[in-house]
Amino acid sequence: MSEHHHKETFITKYIFSQDHKMIAKQFLITGMFMAIVGMLMSAIFRVQLANPGESSFLYNLLPGDWINEAGALNPDKYLALVTMHGTILVFWVLTAGLSGTFANFLIPLQIGARDMASGFINMLSYWFFFIATVILISSIYVQGGPASGGWTIYPPLSALPQAIPGSGTGMTLWLISITLFVVGSLLGGLNYIVTILNLRTIGMSMKRLPLTVWALLITAILGVLSFPVLLSCGLLLIFDRSFGTSFYLSDIIINGEMLHNVGGSPILFEHLFWFLGHPEVYIILLPALGIVSEVIAVNSRKPIFGYKAMVGALLLIAFLSFIVWGHHMFMTGMNPFLGSVFTFTTLLIAIPSAVKVFNYLATLWRANIRFTPAMLFAIGTVSAFITGGLTGLILGDSALDINVHDTYFVVGHFHIVMGLSAIYGMFAGVYHWFPKMYGRMMNKNLGYLHFWATFICAYGVFFPMHFLGLAGLPRRYYTNSAFPMFDGLSDINSIITFFALTGAIVQGIFIFNFIYSIFKGPKASTNPWKSTTLEWTTPVERIHGNWPGDLPVVTRWAYDYSKPGASEDFIPQNVPLKEGEEEH
Amino acid sequence: MNTVKNKALKQLLWVGMGSIAMFFAGLTSAYIVRKAEGNWVDFILPEWFVYSTIVIVISSLILIFATQRIKKNKEIFTLIVIVFLLGGLFTYLQINGWKELTSMGVYLTGEGSNVAGSFLYVLTLSHLVHLAGGLIALLVTAINVKKKKYNSESYLGLEITTIYWHFLSALWLYLFFFLKYL
Repeated sequence: MSEHHHKETFITKYIFSQDHKMIAKQFLITGMFMAIVGMLMSAIFRVQLANPGESSFLYNLLPGDWINEAGALNPDKYLALVTMHGTILVFWVLTAGLSGTFANFLIPLQIGARDMASGFINMLSYWFFFIATVILISSIYVQGGPASGGWTIYPPLSALPQAIPGSGTGMTLWLISITLFVVGSLLGGLNYIVTILNLRTIGMSMKRLPLTVWALLITAILGVLSFPVLLSCGLLLIFDRSFGTSFYLSDIIINGEMLHNVGGSPILFEHLFWFLGHPEVYIILLPALGIVSEVIAVNSRKPIFGYKAMVGALLLIAFLSFIVWGHHMFMTGMNPFLGSVFTFTTLLIAIPSAVKVFNYLATLWRANIRFTPAMLFAIGTVSAFITGGLTGLILGDSALDINVHDTYFVVGHFHIVMGLSAIYGMFAGVYHWFPKMYGRMMNKNLGYLHFWATFICAYGVFFPMHFLGLAGLPRRYYTNSAFPMFDGLSDINSIITFFALTGAIVQGIFIFNFIYSIFKGPKASTNPWKSTTLEWTTPVERIHGNWPGDLPVVTRWAYDYSKPGASEDFIPQNVPLKEGEEEH
Repeated sequence: MNTVKNKALKQLLWVGMGSIAMFFAGLTSAYIVRKAEGNWVDFILPEWFVYSTIVIVISSLILIFATQRIKKNKEIFTLIVIVFLLGGLFTYLQINGWKELTSMGVYLTGEGSNVAGSFLYVLTLSHLVHLAGGLIALLVTAINVKKKKYNSESYLGLEITTIYWHFLSALWLYLFFFLKYL
């Protein structure tokens, strides 16, 4: 038995655990809880958009003062819902929920380590995240409501507590919460990087790392380089809000009173924010692509096509993500030449992205595919990545972007390319690694139902949004019924809301399957998917220290599927090479 | 295994310092962009900041000397205490710098303040916050030295503190020349 596996109390095992597997589950459960909260918020504001000014039973979920006497949602609270939905989904679900879960769970298991470099820092990372979660949720219940100026918290709405109701205590709590969130993310990221670089087992060279680990490593590097810039951006904002400096504020009159702030620039905020903001897109996306690489290879029973190109593409995407932030700011009066530079760097990202898509398709090509729920979601990720990527070509071009800027076209684009891709990747990961997490299998048929219902609803929501955007419908408006020019679009709005609500309901299938399977699912075997990576060489009973006895020794890469001459269609990484056998 | 753990801990520090560097890169690039937009009041950097620069450089040199001595199993407690005191002196000099700034009419905030001054306060304050971490590390190191936990074979704690302190010195040098000449 491993020296690391020792008796633990309830508190050290389930609450203040330093075991990476338990911390991963804590991130997953918290992420799922926040996903439900964020999804309910979107369901509520979609109801408002379909039936503007009318009451709905869903509004009973909201604090009392969010609803007016007629039972309708207050306009300022609509903005609060949109802001919180964005914040929760971008940071809490797709950053911490995705990276936090799978980096924690997979890194030590796939590189052959007993745990993270520092179990304590790892535990701290979760608890910073947890406290941040509590603070963010509590901001819903303060007077004035939570932050309401959009998840990008542009000043002056975020910098002047008196600007709108959500600019007061709600905004302060948002800032405290996100600061703790960033600290937690940085602690996690530091640990992931150091663990991968130092604690790989014997034989696990960088060239033999599963692509999941590569993706998580690069994601962590992106995080530790870009999140601090968000902190510096937030620090200046806090000084403007609380101490009256003028980093972002200038020449503002409120209720006829001229504020003393002179010379500040909200555009400066945007530069700093998007310097994080764009890498953040890849902080969200890359772990999903890493998961997909693994799931597609396992279920295609083929080596991943172009391993080195896949790693190169990840590195190139990560590098380029730091020099494209200006494409979020084409409409800020940017010098057109600078705009064209950002257009160029943005469109360059299409190259490594296309390499990845091509390699996924080449892996699938003529493969003996097993359509498990995880595989369907993995293919769904690639599909959404292509669909959303195509509209990215339009938004990345400054001349074209002007026409659809801040419309539903943008909403449709980023929800598909970033939201759906990443959430599908997360689902793929949960379905695939559930047996390793809980020692039981999830129900396959419910998984299929969940996939197809989600897939149809998601496209039902986001595909029509492109047409709304092309018709000029602006995003973030409380109602579209106040503008006769958009009257013809009300049916599309209703259809979107129908799919949004149906899509939200069908997530119940997943939640039921997840919870039921933890307790009642069929017991999993050690390696149910016949996979090559090291996590499937650990015992089904999850022990602190991962392997009883010695750590596995790696002799081959992670993708020995259907190797000619082999007796089975997979050879785990710790199986020694036969005499005369070439690695791959 | 210990070598791996030591290497991992040092790497943890290096990556962490990379993160801190990005935090200051964010602030100083904001400084450049904001300055280019005008409405910027120039002022002369108080001499206190020159003195503090000299102090922090000397403190780093002493830590190099201390590392050399521990490799020969020689006493270093006094040196660590001196570095700690120099860290305190650095803080005192920075605060004096702020005092002189206010007497010059350069404020962090309020009527009559300008963002040029605000940036200076935010940058120096942020550096001091990170320096506080360094002072705590020095304190822990001093206690460990007193308990004779380090010798020529094993002095990881001292090494980590030294690396971080050098980083703080280098960071201040960057900020000082940035504020003085840009």
